[in-house]
This record gives sequence, structure tokens and C-alpha cells, in this order.
Amino acid sequence: MKPLRLMAVALAAVLAFAACGTKDDPAPQSGEKGVTGPVTVFAAASLTEAFTTIGADFEKAHPGTKVTFNFAGSSALATQINEGAPADVFASAAPKNMQTVTDAGNTKGGAKVFVKNQLVIAVAKGNPKGITGLADLAKPDVKVALCAEQVPCGAAAKKAIGDLKITPVTLEQDVKSALSKVKLGEVDAALVYRTDAKSSPDVDAVEFPESASAINEYPIAALKNGPNAAGAGAFVAYVLSEAGRAVLLKAGFQAP
Amino acid sequence: MGLLVPALAGLLFLVLPLVGLVVRAPWSTMPARLAEPAVLDALWLSVRTATMATAVCLVLGVPLAWLLARADFPGRRVVRALVTVPLVLPPVVGGVALLLVFGRRGLIGEWLDSAFGITLPFTTAGVVLAEAFVAMPFLVIAVEGALRGADTRYEEAAATLGAGRWTTFTRVTLPLVAPGVAAGGVLCWARALGEFGATITFAGNFPGRTQTMPLAVYLALETDVQAAIVLSLLLLAVSVTILAALRDKWVSG
Repeated sequence: MKPLRLMAVALAAVLAFAACGTKDDPAPQSGEKGVTGPVTVFAAASLTEAFTTIGADFEKAHPGTKVTFNFAGSSALATQINEGAPADVFASAAPKNMQTVTDAGNTKGGAKVFVKNQLVIAVAKGNPKGITGLADLAKPDVKVALCAEQVPCGAAAKKAIGDLKITPVTLEQDVKSALSKVKLGEVDAALVYRTDAKSSPDVDAVEFPESASAINEYPIAALKNGPNAAGAGAFVAYVLSEAGRAVLLKAGFQAP
Repeated sequence: MGLLVPALAGLLFLVLPLVGLVVRAPWSTMPARLAEPAVLDALWLSVRTATMATAVCLVLGVPLAWLLARADFPGRRVVRALVTVPLVLPPVVGGVALLLVFGRRGLIGEWLDSAFGITLPFTTAGVVLAEAFVAMPFLVIAVEGALRGADTRYEEAAATLGAGRWTTFTRVTLPLVAPGVAAGGVLCWARALGEFGATITFAGNFPGRTQTMPLAVYLALETDVQAAIVLSLLLLAVSVTILAALRDKWVSG
């Protein structure tokens, strides 16, 4: 997975360079003055589906812009940004990773929470084990996958589980791999975000009340060292707008 | 000069990332970080599983290399190409493939579970399986190369003197290619030690059971880059020490 991330950085760099070539092209007149050219957005992996739609909508609203995404784990993205990756916008799945970037002095104008996400229990289609709540995950014949504590979904799971005695068979490195263990039938249940469960037709989502104690906030910010300041500001504004929020809510996110 | 310049450039290219790790390492807090029990657990698990995976590869891989080098059968080229599949496959895909075969719903895994109650995913045995899958081609290719380079007349002489196939193999062929087997084993062990993608996909990540050093490094990277650097250096130091010691003993000696 590590080389994959390095490749993502390299790719982002190449794309940014490639995009530089078109920067001087005469862009069609757009709604806002100066909003044109390439916008590079680093976004948490869980935003992949929603942001891809938002990116296309944004390009339509601002002719002459081209949005390029780098989707990965929030902490990896934060590291890449602090190591100098040429990104205009950062959308994180956890305030902590945004804080890392803010502390390093790399954000501009502060971060805003744009959505919230909540954990659900992902189970195989039709819920063969009849899981109705968190307590069922403590049963000995139920194999459970959680995210590792070091990643946001794992930290949230730990908070939601509290004192309940659940022994997972694995602590996965990100939410998508926890979900794939359910899809492949290797585990009976996994704690994943509602948006992840919703994006997969092979699993059912079981809501549980304890997840309210561990709601994940997603902050977004324009970045100081990004090459396209006007584009960054406009993209952040678009995500926070009614149109942007509608897409996010449809994907299963909650309004902040 | 004509060879020296690219040779030095090549060396620099391989060593510079290591220099980066050493320069950025938090030397002052290193002893405290290394003393954490979780670190030693992961290191011990890594060394153990890589060694077991190498043993599996030797038992299965040396005969396979012999088959490719000595036996003449139709479709040998295809078989040789198949041996390199794990080299070409992204390890994460290899892990998924292993799940599809040895997983709870897998082609063989389902039968293993119902007949013997054996499940491999999320177990230490699963780690060994994933590492052996990814590392075996290194051994097979090295041993096959050694076998092709070895003089077959010794084997023919042994056969004419009445030695059976097994005796010839163990008493003549193996001693002839021992350096090649050792080199292949070392390569195989090193690859197994650093294995990440297939392991985390097939065996998952659980401290003490399936969390090897590369997995621990990856997760440390999520929260604490310095801890990840410490773990990486430790893994490097241990593997280089063991490999250097083995090399002196077996390969050049």
C-alpha cells in the first residue's frame, strides 16, 4: 500500500505539472473573477464518490476550471501536504489530521466542518447472523472486523464500543478494507461509516444508537501553498453551498 | 570509468532513501520507543513468520525449480511463467486471491473449515501462507538458475553408477547448487520479512497474532511518522545483520 501512496504523490505532482501547461491558456469567462485553471483537491478516501460528483458540478459552474483529486487516507494526505505536495484544497475525514496541517501553518483562512459521518454495523446482504445491535458483536460466533485505532474509523469505533467486550479478528488499516472483509464473507460484521455501507450493494447497514457518541466531523480548508488560490476558495465555497451539500447528503453524510 | 559511474549512481540511488530515514530518525527517543513490548512482539512475529515461510518455500520451491530445470515436459514455458505470477501481481491483489481460495468462503477454505475446522485468514499460519506465496518465486528462479548452470554430467555419472533419482538429487545435485539454494533462500526470507500487501489483506492486522513489522510501520505512519521511522530502521538493521551473517557463513564461505 505504501508504494501506492508514493505513486499517488508522484501522480499528483505530475498532474500538477501537466496542468501548469494549460494555466496560461485563455479561459472562458467564468462566474467569479479569476476562478479558472486547475484545482488540485486532496480529499479523504470516504469522500471519493461524493467529491467526484461535486468536482464535475463545480467544473460546470466555473467553466475553464479542471478539478483533480487525490483520494487517500486523511493522515497520509496530511503528511503529503506538509511535505510540500502542490495541493489547493484539503478535505479531511477527521479534525485531527486537519489540525496537523494547520499547526504546520499550511492552511489559509481556517478550516470549516462541512459534513458529519456516523458509524453503522455493516453485515452481509440479508443479515444472515441476525445482528440487531452492538451487543450482538460480542457473541463468540460472530467474527468482527474493526479499523485500527490509528485511523479515524477505528478511533470512532473505540469510542462507540466503550466498555463493551468485543474481540475483533482484525484491525484493518482503513474503512474500505474493513468493508471488503464483510463483502468477501471473511467476517460477519464490521463497523464502517454509513456512507461506505451505502456505497456498496453487497452489504446491509444496521444502525446502532451508541454511534451517536462517536460522530466524525469532516473539515475542509484552502491551502496556503496551493498554486490556485482563487480556485481553492471557490471550491471550498462550492462544497459548503446548498448544491454541494445536497450531493453529500445523498451519499449518506449528515449536515454539520 | 565507463562502468564505475553508473555503478556508483546505482548504489547512491539504493542507499539515499536509507540516508533519509537515518537523518530524520528521532535518535534521542529511540531507546524508549524500541523498548515498547508491542515493537518486540511485531519484530519477533516477523522473524518467525518469515523463517517459516522460507522453510515452506524451500520444501516446495526446490523440487519445483528442479522440475523446471531438469524435466522436459510440454507446457514448461507456461509453468515457468505461472511461477512468476506472484511477482507481477500487486501483493494486495495476491491477498484477495488467497482469500478467494483459502478464505472462509474460498474454493478450498470452505472445505477446510467444514471438514477440519481450520480457518486460515486472521491467523499466524495465514501470515506464513501469504508471505510464502509472495516470496516463493524468488527462491524458485534463483535455484532454477543455479541448476541450469550446474554441470549435468555429475548427475549422469551418478545415475550410471546406479544411484536412483532421489539419491542423485540429494547427494549430487543439491550439494552442487547449494550456494544457489542459499542465495535464493536469503532473497526469499528478505522478501517475506518485508511483505505487507498480501499479509494485511489475507491475514488482517492483530497485534501479536498477525501484525508483522511492515504492518506496524504502516499503522504507525498514520499517527506518528517518527515512530514509523524507528520501526523501519529496526527492521532494516535486523534484516541486514541476519543476511550479512548468513552470507558470510553460506554464500561466499
